[in-house]
Amino acid sequence: MGAALEIRNLHVTVEDQPILKGVNLIVRQGEIHALMGPNGSGKSTLSNTIMGHPAYEVTAGQIIFDGVDILEMEPDERSRRGLFMAFQYPVAIPGVTVANFLRNALNARRRMTNPEDKGIPIPAFRKLMIEKMDMLRMDHEFAGRYLNDGFSGGEKKRAEILQMAVLEPQIAIMDETDSGLDIDALRVVSEGVTTLYGPNLGVLVITHYQRILNYIKPQFVHIMMDGQIVESGGPELALHLEEQGYDWLREKQNGSGK
Amino acid sequence: MGDAEQLQGIREAYDEQYGFRDPDTYVFKARKGLDAEIVGQISEMKGEPEWMRTQRLKALEIYQSKPVPTWGPDLSGFSEDDIYFFVKPAEKEARSWDDVPEDIKRTFDRLGIPEAEQKFLAGAGAQYDSEMVYHQVRKELEAQGVIFKSIEVGLREHEDLFRQYFGTVIPAYDNKYAALNTAVWSGGSFIYIPPGVRIEMPLQAYFRLNTASIGQFERTMIIVDEGAFLHYVEGCTAPTYSTDSLHSGVIEIVVKRGARSRYTTIQNWSDNVYNLVTQRALVHGDASHEWVDANLGSKITMKYPSVYLLEPGAHGEILSIAFAGRNQIQDAGGKVIHIAPNTTSQIISKSICKDGGRSSYRGLLKVYPDAAHAKSTVVCDALLLDDHSESDTYPYIEIENPSVTVGHEATVSKIGDDQLFYLMSRGLGEDEANAMVVNGFLEPLTKELPMEYSIEMNRLIQLQMAGSIG
Repeated sequence: MGAALEIRNLHVTVEDQPILKGVNLIVRQGEIHALMGPNGSGKSTLSNTIMGHPAYEVTAGQIIFDGVDILEMEPDERSRRGLFMAFQYPVAIPGVTVANFLRNALNARRRMTNPEDKGIPIPAFRKLMIEKMDMLRMDHEFAGRYLNDGFSGGEKKRAEILQMAVLEPQIAIMDETDSGLDIDALRVVSEGVTTLYGPNLGVLVITHYQRILNYIKPQFVHIMMDGQIVESGGPELALHLEEQGYDWLREKQNGSGK
Repeated sequence: MGDAEQLQGIREAYDEQYGFRDPDTYVFKARKGLDAEIVGQISEMKGEPEWMRTQRLKALEIYQSKPVPTWGPDLSGFSEDDIYFFVKPAEKEARSWDDVPEDIKRTFDRLGIPEAEQKFLAGAGAQYDSEMVYHQVRKELEAQGVIFKSIEVGLREHEDLFRQYFGTVIPAYDNKYAALNTAVWSGGSFIYIPPGVRIEMPLQAYFRLNTASIGQFERTMIIVDEGAFLHYVEGCTAPTYSTDSLHSGVIEIVVKRGARSRYTTIQNWSDNVYNLVTQRALVHGDASHEWVDANLGSKITMKYPSVYLLEPGAHGEILSIAFAGRNQIQDAGGKVIHIAPNTTSQIISKSICKDGGRSSYRGLLKVYPDAAHAKSTVVCDALLLDDHSESDTYPYIEIENPSVTVGHEATVSKIGDDQLFYLMSRGLGEDEANAMVVNGFLEPLTKELPMEYSIEMNRLIQLQMAGSIG
């Protein structure tokens, strides 16, 4: 059986403000999950907490990855164990090329399995980059550009997918990858995710809109409201949401709350 | 691994690579302190002509008459009475590594100097405490008339050329430490590149301190004749001691018509060294000079390489990197003086500080009335790695001609949590992530270095970064 990301009763505060209030979710390798919800429902808090952003404080619950509680781990260790997050707002690192950055990231992974590792040889790395860029139909000059520095919105998101392709995570979280993309860019990025998807990759697509789900087909859909997953189901749930909006869920929530 | 344990590991790594020391094996050591007798002793041991001895003694008076500068970092903690001003390492200077005393040779082996010389240098010099112990240049260059000697040999064998230029670019009265150097100079390089000769590989000199409480006063003179090209590189390290040492060099460069020269420094002194250096280049018509000045080590550095653009078409560049860590002050920058029309210049300064270190850009751009249509750009960027470090900018700009084009930009940024989180989320450790941001910040300058030096530079930054204590 493959690795799984298991969120158990997760409570998170940001600047002493409770945001997540008991989230439960399991994503396994080979599965695609979509997490939907209105703005401010806690979706990005969940992704950032999974990845270990220091500003998010876990007050209760667990995050288990591949059978190990990762809550005390730094983001780099979580990453080296096979977690990946495609950022909603990728950060620019001027002066550092995409290739140089990825080679270092890859070498950090290799050192985890073998502390004596001398790093991937340059020719092998070059070959790998070309292979991945071709797979994602990206221009090779991309590798020589400074990471996210002066990239368009679409280029930034494609750079995220390229990183994912090179680092080969077991579980990837797409944090509102569709935000700010026009329809062409959205298609390209979605195709990238679909290309990489397989039995060894589990994906959690976090999104505000249904439209990315026209390209990335989830088997599971979850809806988050006010820091909790309030509804889970199959792909039909997303369609239902598109037709009905979130109001019926709010009503349902209020109804059950009484 | 705990912080303390990690720190221990880093100290060991530093000592292992640079901070180690050899047993004292000098052949002569003057008593501590400075007076006319010591100056006379130095001159006598070098067997100098009378005119040189006179200049030294005159410079000593100038040094003693000038106050310690107070406009920059605080130098009041330094006492010349505690310093050995002259420590002679070996009887003679060798032209083969086999003739260098064993202990000293081992040091330079460990620092990789003979290996670098074989691989990518046109010539190498090595100074140990007060004098050069080795100097050699490739035979084919010597055959073309290239002179690459220690400064003492330069004076002995090329006295006319030496005397024609010595002290003309940087006179003793220029500043207190130029006067000091003129009084007690010892070691450094003497370089002459004949007209039209282009040396594609760099010449390198490496400066090493070994004795505790020493003063090192390298004096280098470089003349690049018409249409010639030279890249000279200096590196320096020292053992870590609890007492202070002083390095106070003077570098005089003359770049003749149509010639080009570049002088690269990778300064990595241990953090008990005061580094007070004066460097100046006089640039003639259509010639250019570039200073690439990287200051990573030392306790206090005050260093403002300068370029005087004397004739039309002259060009000058200063690329300055300053990295101040714990207990370090880097007061660096540069000066460009436009004297003639149609001269151009560029100053790019990148300063970094962390763990309470302090780095400043101090620069002067001066355009004289005759320098019509001069063009200059000044860019200073600072990067702070934490909240308790400081960076200052003192850009002085004096323009006395209305047709001049000047651009000036300054930025200060701080490595943000978001940058760190982003890099760490890809598997890079915190130190590695920080080093990556820093290397990226410096990239516009390091890419100017030959590959061997940019690799060295990245490695030094990594080392400097790893020294951080949370």
